[in-house]
Amino acid sequence: MENNLLSILIWLPILAGVLILGTGGDSRAPLARKLALGFSIGIFVLSIPLYTGFDSSTAAMQFVEKASWITSFNIWYSLGVDGISMPLILLTTALTVIVIIAGWQVITERVAQYMAAFLIMEGIMIGVFASLDAVLFYVFWEAMLIPMFLIIGIWGGPNRIYATIKFFLYTLLGSLLMLVAFLYLYNKSAGSFSILDYHDLKLGLKPQILIFFAFFAAFAVKVPMFPVHTWLPDAHVEAPTGGSVILAAIMLKMGGYGFIRFNMPITPDASHELAWLMATLSLIAVVYIALVALVQTDMKKLIAYSSISHMGFVTLGLFVFNSQGVEGAMMQMISHGFISGALFLCVGVLYDRLHSREIKSYGGVATPMPIFAAFFVLFAMANSGLPGTSGFVGEFLVIMGAFASNPWYAIIAALTLIFGAAYTLWMVKRVIYGKVEHDNVATLEDVNSREIIMLAILAAMVLVVGIWPNPILDVMHTTVDNLLQHTAISKLP
Amino acid sequence: MKTIYLAIPLVCLFGAIVAGLFGKKIGRTGAHTVTIGGVAIAFLLSLVVYNDVRNGNTFNGALYNWAVSGGVTMQIGFLIDQLSATMMVIVTFVSLMVHIYTIGYMHEDPGYQRFFSYISLFTFAMLMLVMSNNFLQLFFGWEAVGLVSYLLIGFWYEKDTAIFANMKAFLVNRVGDFGFLLGIAAVLYLFNSLDYATVFAAAESHSEATVTSPFGEWSWITVICLLLFVGAMGKSAQVPLHVWLPDSMEGPTPISALIHAATMVTAGIFLVARMSPLFELSETALSFVLVTGATTAFFMALIGLVQNDIKRVVAYSTLSQLGYMTVALGVSAYEVAIFHLGTHAFFKALLFLGAGSVIIAMHHEQDMRKMGGLRALMPITYATMFIGSLALAGIPPFAGFFSKDAIIESVHFSGLWGAGYAYIAVLLGVFLTAFYSFRLLFMTFHGNNRADEHTRLHLDESPKVVTWPLILLAIPSICAGFIFFGPVINGSYFGEAILVKPEHDVVAALANVYQGKEGFGLFLAAVGHGIFAWPFWLAIGGIVFAWYCYCKNLALPGKIAAAFGPLTRIVENKYGIDQLYQKLFAGGSLVLGKFFHRYADAGLIDGVLVNGSAKTVGFISRSIRGVQTGRTFDYAFAMIFGVVVLISVFVWGV
Repeated sequence: MENNLLSILIWLPILAGVLILGTGGDSRAPLARKLALGFSIGIFVLSIPLYTGFDSSTAAMQFVEKASWITSFNIWYSLGVDGISMPLILLTTALTVIVIIAGWQVITERVAQYMAAFLIMEGIMIGVFASLDAVLFYVFWEAMLIPMFLIIGIWGGPNRIYATIKFFLYTLLGSLLMLVAFLYLYNKSAGSFSILDYHDLKLGLKPQILIFFAFFAAFAVKVPMFPVHTWLPDAHVEAPTGGSVILAAIMLKMGGYGFIRFNMPITPDASHELAWLMATLSLIAVVYIALVALVQTDMKKLIAYSSISHMGFVTLGLFVFNSQGVEGAMMQMISHGFISGALFLCVGVLYDRLHSREIKSYGGVATPMPIFAAFFVLFAMANSGLPGTSGFVGEFLVIMGAFASNPWYAIIAALTLIFGAAYTLWMVKRVIYGKVEHDNVATLEDVNSREIIMLAILAAMVLVVGIWPNPILDVMHTTVDNLLQHTAISKLP
Repeated sequence: MKTIYLAIPLVCLFGAIVAGLFGKKIGRTGAHTVTIGGVAIAFLLSLVVYNDVRNGNTFNGALYNWAVSGGVTMQIGFLIDQLSATMMVIVTFVSLMVHIYTIGYMHEDPGYQRFFSYISLFTFAMLMLVMSNNFLQLFFGWEAVGLVSYLLIGFWYEKDTAIFANMKAFLVNRVGDFGFLLGIAAVLYLFNSLDYATVFAAAESHSEATVTSPFGEWSWITVICLLLFVGAMGKSAQVPLHVWLPDSMEGPTPISALIHAATMVTAGIFLVARMSPLFELSETALSFVLVTGATTAFFMALIGLVQNDIKRVVAYSTLSQLGYMTVALGVSAYEVAIFHLGTHAFFKALLFLGAGSVIIAMHHEQDMRKMGGLRALMPITYATMFIGSLALAGIPPFAGFFSKDAIIESVHFSGLWGAGYAYIAVLLGVFLTAFYSFRLLFMTFHGNNRADEHTRLHLDESPKVVTWPLILLAIPSICAGFIFFGPVINGSYFGEAILVKPEHDVVAALANVYQGKEGFGLFLAAVGHGIFAWPFWLAIGGIVFAWYCYCKNLALPGKIAAAFGPLTRIVENKYGIDQLYQKLFAGGSLVLGKFFHRYADAGLIDGVLVNGSAKTVGFISRSIRGVQTGRTFDYAFAMIFGVVVLISVFVWGV
């Protein structure tokens, strides 16, 4: 089992999804729910050996599997993880359990399809993180869109069609350019689709810059970076809670992961050349998007903009080219997975009760829902980057790394301390605190045990990672150092 | 000993967790027993540690590696020396008093358990802050006390003013922390370590390092000190980041005493004292500290004169006293700053808790114009607050006299840029301090009772859980000054914990005045020296003037206010700073945000680029769609037309 663990982690959720689809109509919804929960927990448990069995002393790929797939084009079914993809896979398996719990009572129509969609998506997302072959990567990358498209399109809000099409076109347009880049690299490397081969390929500056932008188109949309971010707020607003959680917690991370796996090592000279651009766009995200978040009246939109702002730290950290920056970016991705997931769940909890996401529909929620309020304030503080929560770790490391690269980057990035707290706490003030203004708020029921479980798991993660991030950082060091050494060497022919 | 060090914060954390998570199960008694028990243990253990440190056993060690990144090991660990041990005793003692007092003050509040959980959590965070041996954990504690302050100011979360004040407090502090975090980044960049010992040891050798900025060439050490001090300005409410502290009075009174007077707000003072090896290398930074402190000390005291809310008077007095401490830091009298921090913690906590005792008796009325004549009804509160006011005004031999006099003398001896301005500011401040302190005392306890009938009938001394902490705080307010005066000025008290360059050593100059004297001889000399100096007479003048205005000639204050009309209004408006910030920063951010959202995000990107390109595609496809009519005739015509064109091209070679 050790040597095909990754295959199991990819295909077991997909098979489980198919099996759950087989349970049929909503008359058998309880079975579908239980199966989905059982499988997601089982898959999470199965994924733990990835961490415990991981050798953090090497930067080489681990848990590798390789089988020929389409021999005529030299395409391989090639899998493996390093210190960057492994934590992201664990994040995926952990959060899938959470979204299954989140959809437990809320989803009452097409339950089997809903649960199946999330499990299938889990497998595909793990496939994206584990692929070492460009074609395999591309297949998973595109396949990932389908379940998400369905989740928003079927269980989404009233304006879901506009949102799904915007989401789909935005991401598709980007990934087509990535495909072009793969074909170019295939030719340049004399017929290889191995991503690791591309890392050692000599390329002139001009082709590097073109390839950089081709990949940029795919990954910047996913992150999302300014100015290709406008699909995200729409998608979030229309998506059901579970969809928002996976979107924010995992799918956005694919963008950051892509920059680490493709742009930086394949086009190192272009990356250095364009680092100013990446940093500028990232800083625009941190400041400009934070200001936009401040004026949102819809809680989900606010958190969506907050996500974009926080992801600015990921792209900034990557393109300052030092360990603190890159490791900070990784920590930010992981932490953002917990925090944005938790915040979307919190909005979901409120939405399930009052069917409104408008801030002004609430106010004084702490009075009828004290336990919920405690969770909400905790996650809000984590979102504001409070030390002791995971939200601090990534931002802190990125600011430290950015300062060494260019103090002005750090100065602008550190403004998030003010703006991030401003939009988050102002929302807390208007939603959680204050007098109860609306009658339906006064009769809100506090979170039930199912909701407490999912929020408590995330709260524990947020605190544990904040108090002791070292176990996660430990597995990254060698990979990150190797990546930085690699990008420091020019690949100009 | 390491176990004891660890136990001190953890017992407080344990109490906070138990009272917070299981508050309902263990009930009110359970909640206050577990938290008070925890803090009491922490206090006793702090005394053990304090004694141990006085015997020369300091400690510097790590608990665990928080993170390792880029070759830098960031740890959680303790530095136990004279400075941190002193702070631990002050924090746990005041916290214990406030815990006990809370039983009486909050006994009717439905959030009783939550309150105890928060104040124990605060004690934990504050202890982690002062016990830290590195910049990272300092920042942890720093923000954690900010969090608890946020939670406690907004404790009554249904009150609009409270939830506005707590957000304001958090955000203004974040402005300070913005500087603080960049300061930490600069430390890491320059020294490649966040460990105090490593950084301080290397500080001297980096004193020549400079950075070129658009604002000229700067020494790195100066930049670091200024950035760290911005953090201190936020937490210790120095002008212009002081605006949050008066508003924080919206929180329950016990936390005003604990957090917004005695401990948390002094974290900035502690920070600079801890960083003395860095600040000593930058006279620019010291001058900046000095001028900031002097400005705060004087201008905030002025606002204190015109306040009518009993808590706000004490709040402005806190701001002004924090200014005094900052002045002491600026002239390198770090020991004296911490000395004043300590005495101030006792008498200011006493004054706040005394004010709270009055507020309970007055049924949560805080306007002094509706009080008066409480002296006979509340003798213990009156007596203890009288002691606190004498200490605050700096009347010998009360605690505040020794520490404040030492500050004023230190400024007098300093040759630093800005010391002249600071000297005048702190001298005038003495008069103002004495005046507003006794204005409070006279308005509240003397004269006629101006309360309404209902309140007057129920006026009574507060219960024992309230008065005992007052009495226990009154004791150090009387004697802490004298006990520590000698060791502080002769330099033996803080030992290695504070570093001062010989050319900045104003405290040594101060010690020269009392050369060779100790014990009771020193006491007599200090008091003798005090009563023949300006500050004492200024203080007496302030008290007498307050007595004349508020006991004798009650019409006079109104006449004076009218005579200085425009000036009075400026002071009453708090110099307009709050309104300015509200309009400029809060309003400005909203305008910018709305502008970006409407015109850039929705207008340009979505409207023009995204939907625009979709519309363009739609337009083109609609136009082309017209060609596909489905009628054979049209297609046949198109084919013939095409063939004609092609033939023409071939024949004439166009």
